[in-house]
Amino acid sequence: MDITLQVNGRPHTIDVDPRTSLLDLLRERLGLTGSKKGCDHGQCGSCTVLVDGRRANACLALAVAMDGRAVTTVEGLADGEELHPLQAAFIEHDAFQCGYCTPGQLCSAAGMLGEPGPSAVTGDLMADPALTPEEIRERMSGNLCRCGAYVNIVSAISEVAR
Amino acid sequence: MNRVEGHVKVTGLATYAAEYPIEGVVYAYPVQSLIARGRVARVDASDALAMPGVLAVLSVADPPELAEDADAELALFQRREVAYRGQLVAAAVAGTYDEARAAADAVRVEYEPADHDVSLRADHPGLYRPEVVNPNLPADTGQGDVEAGLAEAVTTVDVTYTTPVLHNNAMEPHASLALWDAEGRLLVYDSTQGATTDRDMIAKTLGLPPGRVRVVSRHVGGGFGSKGTTRPQAVLAALAARAVGRPVKVALTRQQMFDVTGYRTPTIQRLRLGADGEGRLTALEHVALSQSSTLKEFAEQTATPTRVMYAAPALRTAHRLVRLDVATPSWMRAPGDCPGMYALESAMDELACAAGIDPIELRVRNEPEVDPDTGLPFSSRNLVACLREGARRFGWDRRDPRPGVRREGEWLVGTGVAASTYPAKRRPCKAVARVLDGGFLVQVAAADIGTGARTALTRIAAETLGVAPDRVHVEIGDSDLPDAPVAGGSMGTASWGSAVVRACEELKKDGREGRADTTEEIRQDSRLTRQAFGAQFAEVRVSSVTGEVRVPRLLGVFAAGRIVDAKLARSQLIGGMTMGLGMALMEETLTDEEFGGFLRRDLAQYHVPVCADVPDVEAVWLEEHDERLNPMGAKGIGEIGIVGTAAAIGNAVHHATGHRVRELPITPPKILMARF
Amino acid sequence: MRPFDYTRAASAADAVRDYRPGTMYLGGGTNLVDLMRLGVARPDRLVDVSRLPLDAIQEVRGRLRVGAAVRNTDLAAHPLVRARYPMLARAVLAGASGQIRNMATVAGNLLQRTRCPYFQDVSRPCNKRRPGSGCPAIEGDHTNLAVLGHSGACVATHPSDMAVALAALDAEVHVTGPGGDRVVPMPGLHRLPGDAPERDTVLEPGDLITAVELPPPPPGASAYRKVRERASFAFALVSVAAVLDVGADGTVTGCRIALGGVAHAPWRAGRAERALIGGPATGAAFLAAAEAELEQAGPLPRNAYKVPLARNLIVRTLEELAP
Repeated sequence: MDITLQVNGRPHTIDVDPRTSLLDLLRERLGLTGSKKGCDHGQCGSCTVLVDGRRANACLALAVAMDGRAVTTVEGLADGEELHPLQAAFIEHDAFQCGYCTPGQLCSAAGMLGEPGPSAVTGDLMADPALTPEEIRERMSGNLCRCGAYVNIVSAISEVAR
Repeated sequence: MNRVEGHVKVTGLATYAAEYPIEGVVYAYPVQSLIARGRVARVDASDALAMPGVLAVLSVADPPELAEDADAELALFQRREVAYRGQLVAAAVAGTYDEARAAADAVRVEYEPADHDVSLRADHPGLYRPEVVNPNLPADTGQGDVEAGLAEAVTTVDVTYTTPVLHNNAMEPHASLALWDAEGRLLVYDSTQGATTDRDMIAKTLGLPPGRVRVVSRHVGGGFGSKGTTRPQAVLAALAARAVGRPVKVALTRQQMFDVTGYRTPTIQRLRLGADGEGRLTALEHVALSQSSTLKEFAEQTATPTRVMYAAPALRTAHRLVRLDVATPSWMRAPGDCPGMYALESAMDELACAAGIDPIELRVRNEPEVDPDTGLPFSSRNLVACLREGARRFGWDRRDPRPGVRREGEWLVGTGVAASTYPAKRRPCKAVARVLDGGFLVQVAAADIGTGARTALTRIAAETLGVAPDRVHVEIGDSDLPDAPVAGGSMGTASWGSAVVRACEELKKDGREGRADTTEEIRQDSRLTRQAFGAQFAEVRVSSVTGEVRVPRLLGVFAAGRIVDAKLARSQLIGGMTMGLGMALMEETLTDEEFGGFLRRDLAQYHVPVCADVPDVEAVWLEEHDERLNPMGAKGIGEIGIVGTAAAIGNAVHHATGHRVRELPITPPKILMARF
Repeated sequence: MRPFDYTRAASAADAVRDYRPGTMYLGGGTNLVDLMRLGVARPDRLVDVSRLPLDAIQEVRGRLRVGAAVRNTDLAAHPLVRARYPMLARAVLAGASGQIRNMATVAGNLLQRTRCPYFQDVSRPCNKRRPGSGCPAIEGDHTNLAVLGHSGACVATHPSDMAVALAALDAEVHVTGPGGDRVVPMPGLHRLPGDAPERDTVLEPGDLITAVELPPPPPGASAYRKVRERASFAFALVSVAAVLDVGADGTVTGCRIALGGVAHAPWRAGRAERALIGGPATGAAFLAAAEAELEQAGPLPRNAYKVPLARNLIVRTLEELAP
């Protein structure tokens, strides 16, 4: 099936097998291997991308169902040579080790910063809470890091959220 | 310093094994055994071969050519006998990943099943004493009379701890991409912790001279031991590529990783401790049971840390092993030492409670002068200093030792301590350093699996050469580079760094190039016991309503020689401690007694810690000068961070609740059923 | 995954008209794609309903109508939900991850399937997946499975958090299908397994959920609490949704209790509710009510903990809600 997709600002028209996930489309067809496959079942967050600006697990999205959407991957976060503030903060805070969860962490953080509303740890449901470390930890819990860089991930995101 | 590959990692440009853009690549997907023991009777690939895009089906029906002495876990499709559920018995090769996976699903395999036995238990009749335990240590050691020591003791503890099957679960699933050239040379992009050893193993398995195989692994998405040995996906990629005459990619699924990439053996450990009226050990015995497969003997060194930790006139350690119809266990971060120290350090806490002695004081009173097992001196040993410094930072002197008395609303609060240790060794390694374009190029087939090896070696080379790090380019992750040992056993930086220092020293003499091989240097190392030490402190909150355990605070204080780079070191240590938190509270793979194999084979069921579990983990270290390790004076730190964490948390849970859970992980059901 | 056709429905009526055996409706895909990749779901045709105009949250005569395609994130963030149904917002936020909540729809959340390890593994038997093949969980790993309302054929639990809150709120599920439009009450959408565990719900083939309607919120204070050994991104061991209204004289005038993680359906604790209404709002009464409910429990060896856990959770949650 032919679908049209905008990826990192560039339009693509591609013939896809309906079985193909958005993640496999990015990695195997478009050569955008920044988005990682860690579990292929939405359980690790390594594949997190932004779909129309909202973070999503690319492994659980069928490419055919993404027709017409705008997708941002880790390759599209930087503005030319200028790193996204989150990318710069991740380097400075040593917020990764093996780097495999990192693209998903970055896209997830980028999406999270724009997500309104409370989280599971918000005290007052009616307030839009400040992004305290506790809020960041809860909101970033869909992104596993087996190297255990969480403490540094939270400090990197906190710096940007401030 | 910041990681030298930081920029490519945050921009998505770092290339992992499955990600090399190769023209014409096709995909192989494995078929796994549905029985735990028996035979493959028949393989019917006709449906699969008729599917769109399918190029080949490999199976025991037509065994591909392999070396006769291939490793039993890597000898794919050679024998009809099945040794465990999940073993690879066939594979489909097709044009796309989805086609290959669908075709594998359509391969029909008929089995002749036999009864299986997959459960480790303390009374298993098959338990035996292995000749040696890993890496090549005596299975049993002993001195003094343990029974007499226990008989004369004022306080005794006789306890059994169990640890479950654990899986490394690196974020990057094992993947290999294999290409044969026209001359019959093989190139494998592999997710491996050691390009040299992986090349040698792939060559041996295929019956090729090592010179005809090249392994490239520039970036590796974590390993924690599971990529320290060649895994079957590498052999499958090579065989499939040979069969179809195209480059082949194999990327294991998360579920398959549970079956064929190794795991930490479960253990059953009995500890018997006796102490006199002052808390000095009169006897210490540690007997550890673990499992291996019927294919290979993998004898984990669980009780070995007990040989170096405490002075006791009677000190006995023993290992027993049983061969089951399971996959062969393998290395997982601090193999042996991590589960062994969980048991020993929990038992020490129990002894402290029983004797009414502060657990730090108990350890200080049993500090040995020399290695209690060998009598050799330690190259350096600063356990007591770690305990004291940790106590100061953690506020230990304000601790009320009584268990189960601190409550904040429904939450019971407690603190615990445990010691850490891990061997500080090194292996022979080669390296080359040369002048290049006004800077310096350093080459060694090291691996950066997230440890920061590339960065640490850059710094080591720059310091040796006396230049700024940005003038040094370190090239690693390729078996065409000078031979290097694996990233494992906390020996990476020590081994590679030794060779890099020597190569850079040679370069300074030569002016253009320096080459090093540390084989001879290491052979002449003096006989000493070399260990890193540490102390871990945990604060826990346990819900008296739900049994949930949360860990608001973890502190580790380590003595690990000279720290090569503070930023990298802290990350690695807190990472190890975070994994230790997972081991303490949530990680567990179940063995399926009925069908064999494992249950909970994904990341929604095998829980590793998430961000919300880890509010505050801190690692610090003492200045430690040890000139008798290696030219850097450094001890490896990849593993010590996970050693002791689970015991510190378990001890804190006891302090909070008054209840001792002796089976990891410490989950709400275990707390609830026992306590509330 | 076996090959399948993909079409996008233009309207709910079209989707239903287009239905034939082997078709499945695709919403956010967070569970369906997962199950297709495992080989558990094997549709030969997907009809994508995720873009139907069913994504509004509207107040209609004091009730709140939530479109079936509303994403979980948007449901939890909606001002009316936060203000009037905080228990529902809490339940949604307790589930899954931020990414998954962005993708998952309300209808998909209701229709997600059990996370029983045997159900998810096509190489092992499971009566729910392959009727008549057996239930190895009963003798095997049932640590996270049912203690209430299960049968000899199936001990699965329904994994949703949101559904537990909806069951406590007496929500109504609006359905269109080959048989026309109808309304299914919550609880009531999800079945107990009995001897037909392959059927999770009372929906018929081709039925499509179009909306969930919430009656005006019951008076009183409410809460949702979920227990899990991992602090986030994990299914409930047990969860509770509770509403408690206490009169000026200290007697319970209104009470709703639903449990998650204990049964094949969100478990409305009717016995406990009846035991409490008209009585005192005391810890002793809460305990007696919880025990009255859990008398029906039939725990298995490895999930016996769920009985004291559910008991403690009910008591503690009600204590916190009591004035």
